[in-house]
Amino acid sequence: MTQSFRLPEGGVIDRGRRLGFRFDGRDYMGCAGDTLASALLANGVHLTGRSFKYHRPRGILSAGAEEPNALIQLGEGARCEPNLRATQIELFDGLIARSQNRWPSLDFDIGALNNRMSRLLPSGFYYKTFMWPASFWMKYEFIIRHSAGLGQAPEGRDPDRYDKTFAHCDVLVVGAGPSGLAAALAAGRGGARVILAEQDALLGGSLWSGNGETIDGAPARDWIEAARRELEAMAEVTILTRTLAYGYFDHNFVALVERVTDHLGGVAGKQPRQRLWKLRAKQVVLATGAIERPLVFAGNDRPGIMLADACRTYVNRFAVQPGKRAVVFTNNESGHLAALDMAAAGIDVAAIADLREDPMGPASERTEAAGLRVIPGSAVVGTKGERRVKQVRIARLNPDGTQALAAGENLDCDVLAMSGGWNPSLHLFSQSRGKVRFDSGLGCFVPGASAQAERSAGSCNGVFGLNDCLAQGFNAGKQAAQDAGIKAGSKGGAAPQAGNGDFLPARWIWEVPSGKPAGRAGKAFVDFQNDVTANDLKLALREGYESIEHVKRYTTTGMGTDQGKTSNVNAIGIVAQTQGREIPDVGVTTFRPPYTPVTFGVFAGRDVDDLLDPVRKTPIHDWHERAGAAFEDVGQWKRPWYFPQAGETMHQAVNREVKAARESAGIMDATTLGKIDIQGRDSAEFLNRVYTNAWTKLAVGRCRYGLMLNEAGMVIDDGVTARLGEFHYLMTTTSGNAAPVLAHLEEYLQTEWPDLDVHLTSVTDQFATVTISGPKARALLADVAGDMDLGSQALPHMGVGDGRVAGIAARIARISFTGEMSYEINVPASCGLALWQALMTAGAKYAIVPYGTEAMHVLRAEKGFIIVGQETDGSVTPIDLGMDWIVSKKKTDFIGKRSLTRPDIIKPDRKQLVGLLTGDPKEVLPEGAHLVEGAVGQPPVPMLGHVTSSYESPNLGRSIALAMIKGGRDRMGQSLQAPLADGRTIACTVTGPVFLDPEGTRLND
Amino acid sequence: MLVIPCPHCGPRCEIEFSYGGQAHIARPQDPAAADDATWADYVFMRDNTKGVFLERWVHSHGCRQWFNVARHTVTYEILASYETGAAPPNLDLESQA
Ligand SMILES: [Zn+2]
Repeated sequence: MTQSFRLPEGGVIDRGRRLGFRFDGRDYMGCAGDTLASALLANGVHLTGRSFKYHRPRGILSAGAEEPNALIQLGEGARCEPNLRATQIELFDGLIARSQNRWPSLDFDIGALNNRMSRLLPSGFYYKTFMWPASFWMKYEFIIRHSAGLGQAPEGRDPDRYDKTFAHCDVLVVGAGPSGLAAALAAGRGGARVILAEQDALLGGSLWSGNGETIDGAPARDWIEAARRELEAMAEVTILTRTLAYGYFDHNFVALVERVTDHLGGVAGKQPRQRLWKLRAKQVVLATGAIERPLVFAGNDRPGIMLADACRTYVNRFAVQPGKRAVVFTNNESGHLAALDMAAAGIDVAAIADLREDPMGPASERTEAAGLRVIPGSAVVGTKGERRVKQVRIARLNPDGTQALAAGENLDCDVLAMSGGWNPSLHLFSQSRGKVRFDSGLGCFVPGASAQAERSAGSCNGVFGLNDCLAQGFNAGKQAAQDAGIKAGSKGGAAPQAGNGDFLPARWIWEVPSGKPAGRAGKAFVDFQNDVTANDLKLALREGYESIEHVKRYTTTGMGTDQGKTSNVNAIGIVAQTQGREIPDVGVTTFRPPYTPVTFGVFAGRDVDDLLDPVRKTPIHDWHERAGAAFEDVGQWKRPWYFPQAGETMHQAVNREVKAARESAGIMDATTLGKIDIQGRDSAEFLNRVYTNAWTKLAVGRCRYGLMLNEAGMVIDDGVTARLGEFHYLMTTTSGNAAPVLAHLEEYLQTEWPDLDVHLTSVTDQFATVTISGPKARALLADVAGDMDLGSQALPHMGVGDGRVAGIAARIARISFTGEMSYEINVPASCGLALWQALMTAGAKYAIVPYGTEAMHVLRAEKGFIIVGQETDGSVTPIDLGMDWIVSKKKTDFIGKRSLTRPDIIKPDRKQLVGLLTGDPKEVLPEGAHLVEGAVGQPPVPMLGHVTSSYESPNLGRSIALAMIKGGRDRMGQSLQAPLADGRTIACTVTGPVFLDPEGTRLND
Repeated sequence: MLVIPCPHCGPRCEIEFSYGGQAHIARPQDPAAADDATWADYVFMRDNTKGVFLERWVHSHGCRQWFNVARHTVTYEILASYETGAAPPNLDLESQA
């Protein structure tokens, strides 16, 4: 196709670099420097989507981030991305895009039925639908969602790389239009460390939309080029183009997304696709510009109806005619500028309908001089054209602007340029918690008092003349640098000078009358993206929604990805007009980040796949892998779960491991247990305070099991602590809890007991720990422990001593989590693998079997030993666990002690740890199953508790389970029922939690 | 994301810290002597101040020291930070609230 709407000259495009692209299956050509929107317009394509609710044909409205209609699905397969604005997509060769809100096709779609049934889709439609019978919603949901969907998620995983970076600066300037460039120049000349962020590929902002402006006597584009060169030459200035500041957070933390290679079309090479900048600025200058406001009139949403300044941008920057015959509808000078530029570009400007009775200003003087037809005191009161505007009706209004006088005049056109004034872009200012105020002279909201170290400059601050913008920007940059502590140098220079055309004065008519009775006139849209009309707002008010925040939520105006960029002030104006209030009394809704949608990928950055979370492996890990272990994640650790032999199921492997640990010898890698080295004169006193039992009398060379509570009396950890010397202890914690326990201990040491002489050091990574367990454990150890005395005199149960195992210096503790005679052998981490291999070799004659965490769980459950986090969930006390034996009655205090006598803690009906035996010994209860009493009747059935651990026990030849049951210890022998999700109910009997060797004879000789 | 001035390390980003709730809640000297209401008050009840709030932070990914911060819960402005055990700085809390 030819670019039949491309002007032969002008613009900032490279006609020599022609780029092919595909839109909705058709091939087109554009030029380097185009956006997708400008390239489509160059080919005469306006229709780019269907509206969200009514599926009305929609075209390109704007030329920037505020675009509500032309939402595009870009790319294909894993690289496809929804909800991009065609006005922000830089064209590249081979670009493939689809309109996204249309089904089955853009030209005809079933959703347009919604348009005819629009009386059924009033404001609050979704809320009302929810109030219908649920069965109705189920029926409609599919159709509504299918036809209202905004784009599709990509298929497959994102193939691109993303990056994140932190940065600090003295002055962040957001926006590189005339105000922002002037601010960056002033701050940079002062020597400040400046970051200048511009969402566009070009510096210059609105200057590219204009025509003929001069700054310091030179054409604007020469001034931009000179400013860019000067800034690039400053060592402390960083220019970030294609970088959108999307969020302004506390303490001048501003988040930006840099589109590093998007414009290259997926050819990322070594560069990431996008980069997230987490920026902390001492001072921020917001130079975010302003967004033109549509006018609200009947039929204002047809393709070809565009913002006036966007028409200028397409003509002047992209050398594209938005149409061949234009009508302009304006309430201020901007429309006249568009008319002049369009006429200069060979577009036939049929008329300028100006709401003002007496248009005056620098631009309207020029339209008059140019002989363009201006119709003062008039409005567009209706439009025609299905997929493109083809005719508009212009009528004069009565003096107060509430009625159209006479039927008016029909004018043919293929583009209607409208301007309802300007909205300063307050999104970032509002996100910074600055309060906006309404300036009734300007007819817009402007920044009020700042909440953070920030200042606004230029049109985002309600200043619209070019000279004023340059002056204010320059001054803001200078002041910001000074406030950031940079001493002003002598090289500051003066603010750039320019002419000062302005868009004022304007006439504010928030809703343009149509001349037809209400209900007969076409829809007058306020929010194009959310498909909200002026009538929807008024209906919400009639239904009793008075607060603007409620109106916003009920009608959805200003919500979603758009955040009210074009709609906000019109909506507030109509609400104010309808309620007979002043706009400041209506107030303004909150702008929320992000300013425009941000990809999930950039938030993830490199924290994906292997880099998502650190993986911790023990020094013996490679051996486990070679042995074919299945692993489970315990915190960040990879622990062997079980070691299947050829042809074994998990079940068979675990049963074999469990039996070996009771019948011969098992060996387990226990390196992951948390280890905290405790030293200092008050270490025993400290342990007394953090554990429930007494520690003062523990002898050197002995170990003790401890339960740790929080101040509410709930169990938070358990483990064995060994006394290594007079003032030296080694505490072990559960594998997943090492860091939280250390933090808990440090907190009390620092904040409650700073007088205690105690020093804590995490030594988890310094030691490898291997446990051997079973009747042959001692014989095996004796074979490799040289002349170390392993007799029960020298190393009794709960004893600890140093020796050499297989020639490696080792600390050996005789402690048991299996109920068998067990030794926990600690060696320097670097020797862990050697120790393991030596024990495996020496253990061959004892039929040693490596076992994993699953077998460990079965072994400890046979003994009724708890696992913190499995039997406990943060609401379980030692009394609940039946572990009163470990709670000292003599100690006056320990963390949590006082809470153990609170009335709620001593209630007899608290959940208590019990054992459960199923009637059918082969039936293994699912963990988490709830337990009830008696026959399962009509709900609600009182729940007594739940199964916390459940296994098949090969040593007992039946299933066993642990459970937390209300008043469980008084229910011994009772029969309970476990109703399962599959409909079966399993009967079981309450028992004590210790199933095997309750006397502990296997531990001792 | 806040900038938190650690009294030992200087201003650092919030992600280096963990929050510890209201400051200056003294653990009763003799818990056994506290009645149930007093003890429950100590364990569970905290102020929900609109205005300047004295709160605890720990520099988890830095010096691992606990310290106190005076932060305005509406503006998030941090008015002071000081070491655990030190008296709060003399702030005009009424006018800030
Ligand atoms: Zn610190």
